[in-house]
Amino acid sequence: MKSLMIILLSAMLTDNFVLAKFMGICPFLGVSKKLDSASGMGLAVTFVMICATIVTYPIHHGILVPNGLEYFDTVVFILVIALFVQLVETMLKKCVPSLYSSLGVYLPLITTNCAVLGVTVLNIDNSYSFLQSIVNALGGGLGFMLALVIFSGVRKKMEYADIPETFKGVPATLIAASIVSVSFMGFSGLFS
Amino acid sequence: MAENKKSLGSEITKGIIKENPTLVMLLGMCPTLAVTTQASNGIGMGLATTFVLLGSNIVISALRKVIPDKVRIPAFIVIIASFVTLIGFLLEGFMPDLYDSLGIYLTLITVNCIIFGRAEMFASKNGIAASACDAIGMGAGFTLALFIMGSIREILGAGQWFGMDIPVLHDNPMLLFIMPAGGFFTLGVIIALVNKIAKRKPPQELGCHGCPNAEACGKAGGCQ
Repeated sequence: MKSLMIILLSAMLTDNFVLAKFMGICPFLGVSKKLDSASGMGLAVTFVMICATIVTYPIHHGILVPNGLEYFDTVVFILVIALFVQLVETMLKKCVPSLYSSLGVYLPLITTNCAVLGVTVLNIDNSYSFLQSIVNALGGGLGFMLALVIFSGVRKKMEYADIPETFKGVPATLIAASIVSVSFMGFSGLFS
Repeated sequence: MAENKKSLGSEITKGIIKENPTLVMLLGMCPTLAVTTQASNGIGMGLATTFVLLGSNIVISALRKVIPDKVRIPAFIVIIASFVTLIGFLLEGFMPDLYDSLGIYLTLITVNCIIFGRAEMFASKNGIAASACDAIGMGAGFTLALFIMGSIREILGAGQWFGMDIPVLHDNPMLLFIMPAGGFFTLGVIIALVNKIAKRKPPQELGCHGCPNAEACGKAGGCQ
């Protein structure tokens, strides 16, 4: 049994979803041009990851396992996440318009974000308890936000750089991501 | 389907080079980066994705007149996820080694933008035969890209190729290449090389047009 603190920090730093596990690369490269959209996306992903964990964990352990239907995990989880994101969007729009105006636009992007499906499946694979799962989702989301915010800063500097013609655009972005990923490698071995 | 017949061959070949999903259209980045630490894993992932793509393209194309437009995204998701579950079973039963090394990324084929993008852009608008050919071509292109990535990273990072030791390199492998950072670096260089060879202007953004979220992404000020 790993302690909650270790799960939180390793999901954030050593096993960072974007830079070590390559989940959610599309939003990482797509929505990291500006700091405010990077932090908005990060917050929305954190929120949905935690909620998706809270919803899928009881479904897996309460409905699928007792009936021997664990192999339906993928189908059920992705549907639940898709429905849930819709629900949250509608509820936020109705009840908390101020939060909706800041996070709303990012919510539809999250349905097919592999980091969200990834965290729910990882929680089951690692046989975490309910509390551990939530902490893992929180760490994963915060790590995602950290990577996005750091990378938006890097990209801002890149705009002034003189990049060879062939590398302009996506290739240069990927190589910059590689360097950010090297810096996160410094965290490896923090926990064993 | 008379209009499709003459172009079936080109549906297959376009996916391999001209519209290569990974290197030209920049779709499906997550598996491309994650599983390509070995050439054999790259091929395994490519073939698994091709299987899912072929199955989902055929089914979606067959049902394209039945599925109402408003619920098409959930319907596509269910079809794709069913095929992913199926390939998971097949690999677990017949190729347990590959199943273990692909791990969670096998499940994540469900949210691979290539599959979703082809369902949205091609299978939901074209006949069954054309969709199947499109799937085979795109799958082959994806497999090829993963094989190239995997080969480069395995040769440089581990000094091996398909498990065979390579002289000189095996004694001093550049470990960085099999680390996550090496994945980003290799993909960046390959895309740049492809641009150089094709003499195209490098792409400024990801292949978001194939993504079901392209519209929302644009609103968020990201993917344009």
